[in-house]
Parts: sequence; C-alpha cells; structure tokens
Amino acid sequence: MTKFMKSAAWRATAMAAAISAFGATSVLAEDITYVSGAVGNAIDNFKALVKPWEDATGNTVTIVPMPASTSDQFGQYRLWLAAGNSDIDLYQTDVIWAPQLAEHFVDLTEVAGELAKTHFPSIIESQTVDGKLVALPIFTDAPALYYRKDLLEKYNLPVPKTWEEMTATAKTIQDGERAAGNADMWGFVWQGNAYEGLTCDALEWLKSSGGGQIVEPDGTISVNNPNAIAALELAKTWVGNISPEGVLAYQEEEARGLWQTGNAVFMRNWPYAYGLGNGDDSAVKGLFDVTTLPTGLDSTTSAATLGGWNVAVSKYSKHQEAAISLAMYLAGPEAQKQRAINESNLPTIISLYDDADIAAAQPIIPRWKDVFLQAVPRPSAPTRGKYNEVSSLFWNAVHNTLAGDGTAADNLEELEVLLTDLKGGESW
Amino acid sequence: MTTSLTPPRRERSLQDQRARAAFWFLAPMLVMLFCVAAWPLFRSIYFSFTDTTLSNLYGGKWIGFDNYLSRRELSSGRVLWRGTLVDPAWWNAFWNTVRFSVVSVTIETILGMLVALVLNAEFKGRGFVRAAILVPWAIPTIVSAKMWGWMLNDQFGIINDILLNLHIIDQKVAWAANINTAMFAVLIVDVWKTTPFMALLCLAGLQMIPRDIYEAAKIDGVHPVRVFFKITLPLVRPALMVAVIFRILDALRIFDLIYVLTPNSDATKTMSIIARQNLIEFDKFAYGSAQSTLLFLIIAIFVMLYIWIGRVDLSGESGK
Repeated sequence: MTKFMKSAAWRATAMAAAISAFGATSVLAEDITYVSGAVGNAIDNFKALVKPWEDATGNTVTIVPMPASTSDQFGQYRLWLAAGNSDIDLYQTDVIWAPQLAEHFVDLTEVAGELAKTHFPSIIESQTVDGKLVALPIFTDAPALYYRKDLLEKYNLPVPKTWEEMTATAKTIQDGERAAGNADMWGFVWQGNAYEGLTCDALEWLKSSGGGQIVEPDGTISVNNPNAIAALELAKTWVGNISPEGVLAYQEEEARGLWQTGNAVFMRNWPYAYGLGNGDDSAVKGLFDVTTLPTGLDSTTSAATLGGWNVAVSKYSKHQEAAISLAMYLAGPEAQKQRAINESNLPTIISLYDDADIAAAQPIIPRWKDVFLQAVPRPSAPTRGKYNEVSSLFWNAVHNTLAGDGTAADNLEELEVLLTDLKGGESW
Repeated sequence: MTTSLTPPRRERSLQDQRARAAFWFLAPMLVMLFCVAAWPLFRSIYFSFTDTTLSNLYGGKWIGFDNYLSRRELSSGRVLWRGTLVDPAWWNAFWNTVRFSVVSVTIETILGMLVALVLNAEFKGRGFVRAAILVPWAIPTIVSAKMWGWMLNDQFGIINDILLNLHIIDQKVAWAANINTAMFAVLIVDVWKTTPFMALLCLAGLQMIPRDIYEAAKIDGVHPVRVFFKITLPLVRPALMVAVIFRILDALRIFDLIYVLTPNSDATKTMSIIARQNLIEFDKFAYGSAQSTLLFLIIAIFVMLYIWIGRVDLSGESGK
C-alpha cells in the first residue's frame, strides 16, 4: 500500500479519500460485480485497470461482459433493475440513460462532491437528474473522421472538409485502388445498423448540415426540414456506392473490422478505434489520422454526437460502500489516465487533457478537447422517458431511407407525425 | 379390516386409490405448471388492461381496453384512434410473423418429409446419418444464428465467397442488412435448423406403417409415386399433422433467431420482437403486455383453425 502510494503522488487525491472513507479499513474482502458492454479490448483492459484498487482495498472485481450494442445492454439492465437484482453492484451506463434509470441508482452527489468538480460540468450535468448525481463519468466519447493519410497522399487529395468533398474523394480513391487490384476497397464505413448507433451517425449528418437535432432542447420536433432531407439523401447515395451495402447492418466493430484490415479510406468511429488501429496486429498501423467530421450544405460547424460512459451504483447492491469506492476510483484521475493511455478513451477530467504522459501515448487526445467542445447531445434530456422510442423511430426512418424504402422527404414527414403523436401534447 | 370388505366395494376403492395416487403424482407438476405458465399468463393479460410501467410494476391503474384500442375525440372534432390494433408497426410485425411461419413451416415440412423418406430406406451407415442429421437441431439457436450471421456477412462471409466464385452473384450481397433479403436470410437459417426436427417426427410416423402394405403394392405393380400419395402420405398424415402443429406454434412465436440475426429490421420484426421492445426498451410495459396477449390469442386461433380444418386428432383415440 505505501509503495503503491509513493509511486505516483497525484494518485493520493481521489484514491486516498475514497479508500480511507470506505474500503481500506474493512476486514472482509468483498466481491464486486461490474457489468459493461464488450467493445474492442475493453474487458481485458478492465482487469488491469482495477488491479490497483483491488490491491489497495483487498476486494475483488468480477466483470460481466454484455453485448456490444447499447440497445441490448439497456434492455437487460432495465430488466435487472426493475426486478431489484442484487447480483450486480455497478453498471456501466451510457450517457443517455440517466433520466430513464435514475431511480434505481444511488445518489453520489455528496460522496463525489470534490471529484465531480474536476470533470467537465456539462457531463456531470447530463448525469444529474432532479438534483441527484446518478452516475460518475469514466470516459467521454465524441466520434471523428478517420482517414488514410497514405491514400490521400497517393492521390494528392486534401483532407475533406465537407460531406460532399468526402464523398467525391472516397469515390476517387476507391475506384483507383480497385483498378489497382484491391477489389475489396471501400470509400467510407460507418454504423448503419438499425440501432442507437445509427441515431448517433444520422444526428451528425443532420446537425452538421444545419438540419437541427431531431428534437430541440426546448422540446420542439424539428426533424422534418429541407436540410435534414438533403443530408439524408446524400447519405443514401453512399450505400452501395462508397460504402458496402452491408453497412446497413454494421455496428462499431464491423466498421472497425473493415477499416483495420485496410479496406476503407474513411471511417466514422469513436476514439477507441484509434488505439486499436495503431496496434501491432493492425494493417493500418501508422497509416491513418483523424479529423473532425465533415460539414454539409452551407453549414460551417462540424457536429459530433456526444457519447460517453459512466458508472452507477445499484440501489439494490449488497456491497454499496465498496461499490461506491470502486466507482470513485474508476471516475478518478488515475483510472481515467490509464484508460486514456491504454484504450484511447477520452478523459472527463479537464486537467488530463494537459497531461504529458497522455499526450505522448495518444497524441490525438489533447486535440480531441476541441472536437468534444463541438459535441451535440442526443435529445435524451427533452424527451425524458420516451427517448428510446424517439431514437428508435428516428433510426427506423433513417434506416428505411438508406435502404431505399421511401424517400427522405416522405420518411421524415412520417417521422414528424409519429413523434408528434408520441409527444402527445405540449410537453414530452 | 380388509377381510370385511365385499368384492365390488374393493374394486371401487382400488379405482379410488389409483386416482388418488395419480393426483398426488401429478400435483407437483400441476403446481409447477401453474407457477410458470398459468400465473405469468394471467399476469400478462391483467397488465394489458392497466397502465403499468416496468419502473412501477405494482402501481398500474386499470384502463380497460385502451392499450388495444381507444377512441379520442379532439377539440377540433378530429377522431383519434390509438392502441395496438391501429398500430402499423404491430400489423407489420403480424404479417412478418405470418409470412415467416407459412413459408418456413411449408419448406420444413416438405424437406423434412424428403429427408425422412431417405432415412427410412435401408442403407449402410443409416444410424450414423440419422444421428448426424440432428446436429443443426442440437445446436442452440443463438449459436446457430451467430454462426450464420458470420457466414452471411457481406464482406467476410463464406456464402458470398462461394456464390461469387460460382458466378451466381456478381457482387457481394448484404444478406442480413438488405431489406429485400433479410427475411430470406432468416428463413434459410430457420429451415436449416428445424428441418431435422420435422424429419425426425416424419420418420417416426413412417416407421409405424406396416411393411406388408408396401409389399402388396409392389406385387400389384403400383408406381412408387402413386404408392407415396395413396399409401404413405395418408398413413403418415396423423403424425405429420402433429409435427406441423408443433412447428406452427414455434414459428409464430419466433424470437431468438431474429433477435440475433436481424434485430431491428422492419422487414423481419415479428410479434414477439415488437412486444419485447415495448415491454422493456420503450418502458411501455402494459402496451407490450397487450401485444403479448394478442400474440397468445392469435396463436390460439391459428391452432384451433388448423385442428378444425385439418381434423387433427390430438387425443390419439380414434386410431385405437
């Protein structure tokens, strides 16, 4: 313990406070169960991540891996929580879930008071429901455009600034590479499966083209507008042209699969793919870079959907003290730094963006601060408990459009009617 | 005590005793069935008439048939119909389910019958083939759905690779993603998985047919095709009809395969999928319960129609 504390002085702040307050003095070692979706190598890394906490407190952590799809995770968690399941102590929760699951989680306002002040205020706010801090942020997410700098150089093309430019560049390189013998080359891969991820992707197309954000913060339904329609129509042209037709079944991992085997020029993905793309088993190691997502039409601001994951303590947990201690550790600077270095996850603690070790290991992270500041939230706050249904209606409308089942104009008009029905009055 | 009993009384008491014994042997099973089948079913039906949500399971209020159908007149005079019965998503799921059930059960019955006829013949290694053919049925659906998911993958899938090399298709097909092929993909996997089950039930029926009928037909020089339609099919029919009922029941409530292979595609969403989505994801527990109840009724109606039209004898008494 002393050796561990000495090794890095700054660890002392959050760690020591958390440990002395809860776990360290407890004689009985407890086994904490943590449930999280399994994307990339998150599960393997998690074991190393919690090792210092386990050593310090004598408790152990068991991780329960869940499917990668956030929609699937949510369904399972809701069921467990509604049943008052005490087997799971900690839930890794998506940024959009707080309003829907708030009542099942322990209020962390008091415990995390000091720690919360070091995080981005907007993220803490997103996890606060009626004055109750339901989850602590462990990393944030904002996607970017991954591009193959070797291919752009080869064809002497600039990094695209607009969606239209990106489309043209992707087409040129894809055709060129195919003619040169790589028949499996595609221009652009993204997440087109009918699930929460498509809501994220499509929200970016809309927002970055001046097409609003589906439901505005004040609750008005804005999705049916000419810019949104134009943005969707452009995206529709990608399918089967610069993106494989199968993109309509892709989630993050399928897109990364195609990208990391060197078969795509551009990819829209979250920061986790950066670290993995530079791994030793990657065909694109050192060959790519990232930039902000393009803009569309006459809009000049890029948009990146705000993602991110948090840790919440179950009200039904039988080991609440130890669980809170682990939550504090995971949201604290030490764990966030390790996550940033090993998994290229974006920290939510502002000062870590100036950390020299992180900048050395993952040079993109300091640059991401700007991407993150342009992030657009999904309409989970204004639509409250109905967010999942709003999102599902939206992604279905988009998926139908992309799959050629109706035009963007028809589908968005229908979506507007469905959303109005769902809203059912003046407020959500 | 026993010596004083008269013989007829003794007989009745034996009957009583047997009935009582049977009751006590059955009781644990009945209690079990009540707990895992009747009670949840009753609860679902009850929930469908309330406004229960998953976060407030015991606080739902009775709202009658509103989850099924409700009529509301707006101040503008416009009449608004709400509820599952006017929900296009529900009807889409209904037709998907019916289409899936009819097509898959038909194909599986025909293929299953063919396989059973082959397995019914005498040939070397028949025991091995019979065991081998059951493998798809023995694999858990989730595993086979994932496995086929990879085989049908547009970029890395082996199906596309084979078809491309055989020049049957000229570009990679996204089987599960394309709305035109999604249902087809689901059907392929379901047929692959369930044909062995049908084959097994058909085979059991075939083996009940006495051999001497065939010998008589052979001596009379009846054409084999005629033998099949005039002898085999009528005699195997009772077994076949029961097998088809099992499959229809199974197909109408299909969930796992589609949930893994094409979870959110409107082209394959079935009634079970949409009910689960409402129950859990959308926090419309009562609405989802109404859909589950409808699904229950629809399955009941289908089976009753089938038994009535097909004059299926489920009691097994007429054969005696």
